[in-house]
Amino acid sequence: MSSDIRFTDFKSDKQPTWCPGCGDFGTMNGMMKGLAETGNDPDNTFVVAGIGCSGKIGTYMHSYALHGVHGRALPVGTGVKMARPDIEVMVAGGDGDGYSIGAGHFVHAVRRNVDMTYVVMDNRIYGLTKGQASPTSREDFETSTSPDGPKQPPVNPHALALASGATFIAQSFSSDALRHQEIIQEAIEHDGFGFVNVYSPCVTFNDVDTYDYFRDSLVDLKEEDHDPTDREDAKDVILDNEKEHQGVIYRDESSVPYHEQHGVDEDMSVLPDGAPESATDLVREFY
Amino acid sequence: MAADFNWAVGGEAGDGIDSTGKIFAQALSRAGRHVFTSKDFASRIRGGYTAYKVRTSVDKVQSVVDRLDVLIALTPRTIEENLDELHEGSVIIYDGERTTMQDVEIPEEMIGLDVPLKSLAEEAGGAIMRNVVALGAACEVAEFPIENLDSALEKRFKDKGQKLVDNNKEAARAGQSYVAEEYDHEFDYDLETTDEDYVLLNGDEAIGMGAIAAGCRFYAGYPITPATDVMTYLTGRIERYGGHVVQAEDELSAINMALGAARGGARAMTATSGPGIDLMTETFGLIATSETPLVICNVMRSGPSTGMPTKQEQGDLNGMLYGGHGEVPRFVLAPTTIDECFWKTVEAFNLAEKYQLPVYLTADLSMAVTEQTFSPETFDMDEVEIERGKVVDETTIDDHMSDSGGFQPHEITDDGISPRAFPGTADGAHMSTGLEHDEQGRRTEDTEMRVEQVDKRNRKVETAREREDWSPREFGDADADTLVITWGSNEGALAEAVEFLDEEGIDVRVLSVPYVFPRPDLSDDVAAAETTVVVECNERGQFADLVEHDVLERVDRINKYNGVRFKADELADDIKATLAEGVEA
Repeated sequence: MSSDIRFTDFKSDKQPTWCPGCGDFGTMNGMMKGLAETGNDPDNTFVVAGIGCSGKIGTYMHSYALHGVHGRALPVGTGVKMARPDIEVMVAGGDGDGYSIGAGHFVHAVRRNVDMTYVVMDNRIYGLTKGQASPTSREDFETSTSPDGPKQPPVNPHALALASGATFIAQSFSSDALRHQEIIQEAIEHDGFGFVNVYSPCVTFNDVDTYDYFRDSLVDLKEEDHDPTDREDAKDVILDNEKEHQGVIYRDESSVPYHEQHGVDEDMSVLPDGAPESATDLVREFY
Repeated sequence: MAADFNWAVGGEAGDGIDSTGKIFAQALSRAGRHVFTSKDFASRIRGGYTAYKVRTSVDKVQSVVDRLDVLIALTPRTIEENLDELHEGSVIIYDGERTTMQDVEIPEEMIGLDVPLKSLAEEAGGAIMRNVVALGAACEVAEFPIENLDSALEKRFKDKGQKLVDNNKEAARAGQSYVAEEYDHEFDYDLETTDEDYVLLNGDEAIGMGAIAAGCRFYAGYPITPATDVMTYLTGRIERYGGHVVQAEDELSAINMALGAARGGARAMTATSGPGIDLMTETFGLIATSETPLVICNVMRSGPSTGMPTKQEQGDLNGMLYGGHGEVPRFVLAPTTIDECFWKTVEAFNLAEKYQLPVYLTADLSMAVTEQTFSPETFDMDEVEIERGKVVDETTIDDHMSDSGGFQPHEITDDGISPRAFPGTADGAHMSTGLEHDEQGRRTEDTEMRVEQVDKRNRKVETAREREDWSPREFGDADADTLVITWGSNEGALAEAVEFLDEEGIDVRVLSVPYVFPRPDLSDDVAAAETTVVVECNERGQFADLVEHDVLERVDRINKYNGVRFKADELADDIKATLAEGVEA
């Protein structure tokens, strides 16, 4: 790793095809700055994403990356980290990717506490398929597939995470560049699963959860009397449906990441020329 | 061939049938006898008929036959289920004091040995050992030195304390003495021992062992019959070599984890059975398009849907060959014997990395749960070679850069194989995707690049056809007019069927094919034969279809799809019948 890494080193030469004004620009910038500020470089970083607008991020960033299938980026990230504890792993997804098709994987990735950073670009809508309701859409949000609103309560991803035993839960707003970057950095530095839900507005299809809406309604936990190490405090914030928060909601300072719990510390890409020396013992066990 | 001895223990699931059978199988193998085991089991935890069968000989045994010499029957149904295989003089050991066995009728021509298994076990220290009492009784019947049973009991129970070992030895002797004293009968068996040194293992275990030997360090899977034994085997063992097993939340997760580990540069594998393969198919396309080396093991069971989870079938061949949307190359390897499960696993990892594609490694239920004896040298670790293919490092990566300086993981090459850079390799940072991509891995819809990438991926198959040996294994009479072709676990039964046929003066040449794709060109072999018969455990004749497609000629078929594997004697009859039909026509 080199100390003169700048966040622009994480930029690819591809121009994003996100709509002008999309919240994902800011989300990605914060991720790149966060990676650079925490001392990572592109050759030691692996970014995994699924499908959708969020899934394009691997194309616009420069690092080792996989653009996978819808909703299954977290298992891929888990595999990368287990094989390569020496590599910084960042997983990006959208609210559809993460809380709908990938909800099962989310719960299990959280409870495994794999040491990676999970950034969800939450715009409360399906963007790339042109404006259908997502799991975080409001109950009365009118879309092409929900003309009278989805008529079901939105998923509370933070509650899901806390109930699943999360060791780091945060929320940020892509437009608040400095705070977003700070929060991402904390997530990267966390030993374990660093989960950040990022309000990343869709300017094309969502005219309710807009930049103005978040700007006006966001409460920064840094300015509140909030103790992120207190699980009860975290619970109160997470279950408070009246307010939109940003900041670190919960952090378990005694978190031990999955690979350490399981004693995995080797770079699994390194192999002997043939079978391991003691492998004949494997045969003798069948005697 | 020396006379073989066929033994079984049967009862309800939960009666300890599995461990009883395993102890006897191990006692035989430790006494230098060859063993071949098979299991009848139902998809439930307790209750339901279940049996463990052991065939043993001083010669190699590699299949089951329609014959039972000694049966330990813990329930009346055990006798009913096996009536077809019992013969005049077969010995049935049962406990007449057991409520359910009090009214049992032993067929006249057979020898019923009523042994108070439970009472004798209680005297030795606990009713739970009644099966070991029965084993002792069986040793007496078969004139098999009981010391060998002691050795197997020690292996089984030594971790639980010497007292338990001693009690079990005593229980075995109680059974032995009871038969010796109460039944003044000369049995026809005399199981001799030899100085040979054998190991006893099943197909799933051989796959797991092959994976560790080949450097597999990451395994993710979801429990499913009959593939779970692979995960069970690796758990607790792979860690000794710096690896790790994850029990994933589902098959979708399992294959994606394995994909992630493979992208990280590890040799990775997942194993599942048919329904799990269906779930993995979405990611399969991504693996193939992103040119990620991965071994996907499919231990086939009877389908479709949940089918018969505990029964034999080879019905997934088409699924593995053609499954998934779009067109992507994949290899399909199908070991035909248990020892080959080990070697083909090693080969699967090498092929996956050399050609950067997913490799299906397919076994079937019969092979997966069957145990067989082998010389330890069969699994010679010094013979294991690891070939990682075109992996670049800091010194070689410069040869694979685009004009603008980006690494090209999908470089268009003559052999179709591109360079690979593991994460951490300086200047190797690149993107992989399921989208069609250019040489740098970046999304493209350029029509020319699309064609170039599709052709490049397919060219790897042609390269592999030229560079690798895809030969089948041949046995029987090389000049015979009758050619029998098979794949998967039928080889053992076929090998013995050939011996039966030979005794009757019928010459047969057999080709056992461990490669489904790419596969050997069999057209000359079929052309040279008067009759060609393809033997497989499915209804359609999926492999037969491939042979016909390749050789442009009709072939005869023997298909079995009732959930039970081929038996050697039965298969010999089937081949005779097929030949007879051919003559009539």
